[in-house]
Amino acid sequence: MHGFEKKGQRMIALCMLGCVLFNFPILALFNVPGLLFGVPVLYAYIFITWALLIALMARVAEKRD
Amino acid sequence: MLQGWVVVATSFAYLGLLFAIAYYADRRADAGRSLIANPYIYSLSLAVYATAWTFYGSVGRAASDGVGFLPIYIGPTLMIALWWVVMRKILRISKDNRITSLADFIASRYGKSALLGGVVTVIAVIGIVPYISLQLKAVSNSFTIVLQYPAIVMPAKVGAVPMLQDTALWVALSLALFTILFGTRHLYSAERHEGMVAAIAFESLVKLLAFVAVGVFVTFGIYDGFGDVFARAAADPELRPLLTPLEGVAGGYASWVWLTILSMLAILFLPRQFQVTVIENVREEHLKKAIWLFPLYMLAINVFVLPIAFGGRLHFPGGVVDADTFVLSIPMAERQELLALLVFIGGLSAATGMVIVETIALSTMVCNDLLMPVLLRLKSLRLNDRADLTGLLLGIRRGAILLIVLLGYLYFRLAGDAYALVSIGLISFAAVAQFAPVVLGGIFWKGGTRRGALAALVAGFAIWFYTLLLPALARSGWLPIGLLEQGPFGIALLRPLQLFGLAGLDQITHAMLWSMIANLGAYVMVSLSGTQSAEEHRQASVFVDVFRRSPEGGGARFWRGTASATDLHHLLARFLGAAAADAAFRDHAKRKGLSWPTQPLTADADFVHHVETQLAGAIGASSARIMVASAVKEEALTLEEVRRIVDEASQVVMYSHQLEQKSRELEAASSELRAANERLKELDRLKDDFLSTVTHELRTPLTSIRSFGEILARDPKVDLAQRRRFLGIIAKETGRLTRLIDQVLDLAKIESGRTDWTETAVDLREVIGDSVAAMSQVLQEKKVRVEVHLPEQITPVRVDLDRIFQVLLNLLSNAVKFCNPQDRRIEVTLAERDGWLRVEVCDNGSGVRPADEKSIFDKFVQAGDTLTDKPQGSGLGLYICRHIVEHHGGRIWVQRAPAGGACFAFTLPIERGAPIHQP
Repeated sequence: MHGFEKKGQRMIALCMLGCVLFNFPILALFNVPGLLFGVPVLYAYIFITWALLIALMARVAEKRD
Repeated sequence: MLQGWVVVATSFAYLGLLFAIAYYADRRADAGRSLIANPYIYSLSLAVYATAWTFYGSVGRAASDGVGFLPIYIGPTLMIALWWVVMRKILRISKDNRITSLADFIASRYGKSALLGGVVTVIAVIGIVPYISLQLKAVSNSFTIVLQYPAIVMPAKVGAVPMLQDTALWVALSLALFTILFGTRHLYSAERHEGMVAAIAFESLVKLLAFVAVGVFVTFGIYDGFGDVFARAAADPELRPLLTPLEGVAGGYASWVWLTILSMLAILFLPRQFQVTVIENVREEHLKKAIWLFPLYMLAINVFVLPIAFGGRLHFPGGVVDADTFVLSIPMAERQELLALLVFIGGLSAATGMVIVETIALSTMVCNDLLMPVLLRLKSLRLNDRADLTGLLLGIRRGAILLIVLLGYLYFRLAGDAYALVSIGLISFAAVAQFAPVVLGGIFWKGGTRRGALAALVAGFAIWFYTLLLPALARSGWLPIGLLEQGPFGIALLRPLQLFGLAGLDQITHAMLWSMIANLGAYVMVSLSGTQSAEEHRQASVFVDVFRRSPEGGGARFWRGTASATDLHHLLARFLGAAAADAAFRDHAKRKGLSWPTQPLTADADFVHHVETQLAGAIGASSARIMVASAVKEEALTLEEVRRIVDEASQVVMYSHQLEQKSRELEAASSELRAANERLKELDRLKDDFLSTVTHELRTPLTSIRSFGEILARDPKVDLAQRRRFLGIIAKETGRLTRLIDQVLDLAKIESGRTDWTETAVDLREVIGDSVAAMSQVLQEKKVRVEVHLPEQITPVRVDLDRIFQVLLNLLSNAVKFCNPQDRRIEVTLAERDGWLRVEVCDNGSGVRPADEKSIFDKFVQAGDTLTDKPQGSGLGLYICRHIVEHHGGRIWVQRAPAGGACFAFTLPIERGAPIHQP
């Protein structure tokens, strides 16, 4: 996959990172009562992580080879 | 404002707007200024993933499970990160092979198998039917609810209606009609449906806008921001568990993980996602933007799900209002008529988008991969004789769209009420997930076989049917509920929801676990236990190695047969129309550098391949294969042909061997050349040496001649005795000079190979006698005693008499020069042994130093110390002797004589060509 090797590898790494962050046991750490910025901790965690993951994907995807 | 006619009129106005957009986009496409050829439209069209399920169902799921709706969007986000690796490959393969649908893709990968394409189509249609029913249910429910305004009444409470007044049926029929008008105006499934994509992208904007509008209204209009909604929910004992929902609720982490995996696969294998992502893709680079824009869209449309869900639960306590309808019922309860209408349109857009793309994708599959292969094989239909099949193809597609939508309606009537929206959708997700092993395995593993793929799909689909679809029908009362509770025939082990006794999992997790084990297991094991046909093998490498091939992947080389260009044109015209067939021919001719139709095209393998790909774009790979096979006389490979192919291959191997050998020879030649060059340089050096030595040798006698001559000329008073002595020296030196010049001339002749050799049979005894006699004067002068030992008998030998005589003279004069001055003695011996004659000339002098024994035969080498001793010869004599002896096939050397002097010996073979004598 000439030249795209690096981008593909970074993307795979991001996917694996996401799989870890959106899975047991990391999720269980945030499955606790309480609010963060007025939002339940778990939801705040999921949405913030999700947004960051998309930002990273955008960075990697748009990066020139 | 929410009267029935207003709602209906708005709905049709909206659909009309879609139609206008599609029409405009198609016009732009025809004019070559594509509206959709940019990554933003592409990303928006991917959002067809968000259907009525997302629009209405997510809130419903969130209201009961909390986070349970999120894996459906997080899973795709994770999978899209892999798109750069996975989807790029699928895109490239599909473009190279002009793939028209998911079924086409799978069939094409496994040897263009029509059977496999049919199986995939059946699974896709059955699997997607619940999903379509979900859309119908959502639209008809929302319509029913809106009509009850200002009251909030759930559809279930409205009561059963006769079929003709059933909104769902009318919704289904209008959607089918709309899709038919929309998607099957032309037959160009491999070309993209530009108008459809533009409309879908627009719909994605509408549904996002509508949903965000409701979200903002609920969060900031009714409540005081996110904090307020969640604070109130936390205060409600019923809602509090939903804030930490992963324990106990929603099947816990196992359910979360399985839903994530399921939706990861769904984003790849839902027929409509495959359609918009792969078939409608304009350029591969659009993926770059879509990779983050599409997940961003999903994030945006989910931000307000939780506030709406909690707001709805707080707003309608006691569960009188179905949570699936919160999006609509909250604005209605708040008397926001315009917002409610917008929501209704948003829901409609979510549903129509899904139904349009899904049914177009499915109808293509039904037509290309299910019906056409069968119809074309049925000889009784005589389809092969019909001139134009485009009408038939369009008819089939339109029929298929209607059929699929009506199947969805049927499912809605049969089982629609038993499940919430999301649960219905998940059944479909689980069905399309069955394609994952054969597709992903197919693009990364060459070993997958057609049988393996068939076994995998059948096994996975059977388990899906048994563990998900059957229970859905049973729960709706169409099958005895006992089937679920006691198992078929009372066999508890086979209960569909606790298969083989596996209990404690939610339904989707349970079904996915078993179906994936069966699917993957069958795929790997059947593939590994069988072999691939040549076609399968070729397609496997076309797919797996897509990035290693040139775009025109060839492969046509395997084809052999005969066809006429006219037949092929006829064939294309029937399926694509005459204009498209002409275009295809011109296209091919241009690549070959011809101008069709003035120059005829030959129907070679490459051309037939081209026609097959063109045809595949319209009717799919397996149908195209059948059609091309009918038009060309494809010949089976005979044993003879196979042998010829093998011969060709071995010939190639032979050529390569020859090449290797040639290159070795070249190498050898170049090293020889190098050696020759070295030798030439050496010779050049020797020539310089030779010249300087010869001039030096000439100088010595010349100097003495000149100096004595000058004395005689200058001084007339030199007495006579002195005069005589000087003249004697001059004569001697002149003789020496003459000899030297003779030898140099000899040498030149010998070295250039221009010597004339006149060979005669000679008695060597006579030659020795003659030479001693010739020397007699010198011998007497110097008082040398010569002993000659000759045998009684000797075999005559063919030699050049003069030359051998020269050798003997040279050896004798050397012996005279170097023998002991006090007692000069020379011994000459001739002997015959083993076919060789051997001559020895020995003196009693000081002998040759061992270091000189070899070099003494070289040019200008003189024995003794050149610094102290007066040179006794030219240094050429022995060199010439060696040359002469070796020319006769003999050998010359020097050894120590028994008496202590030097003993020069040479041999001559009696028969020429005898082996070199080793003394």
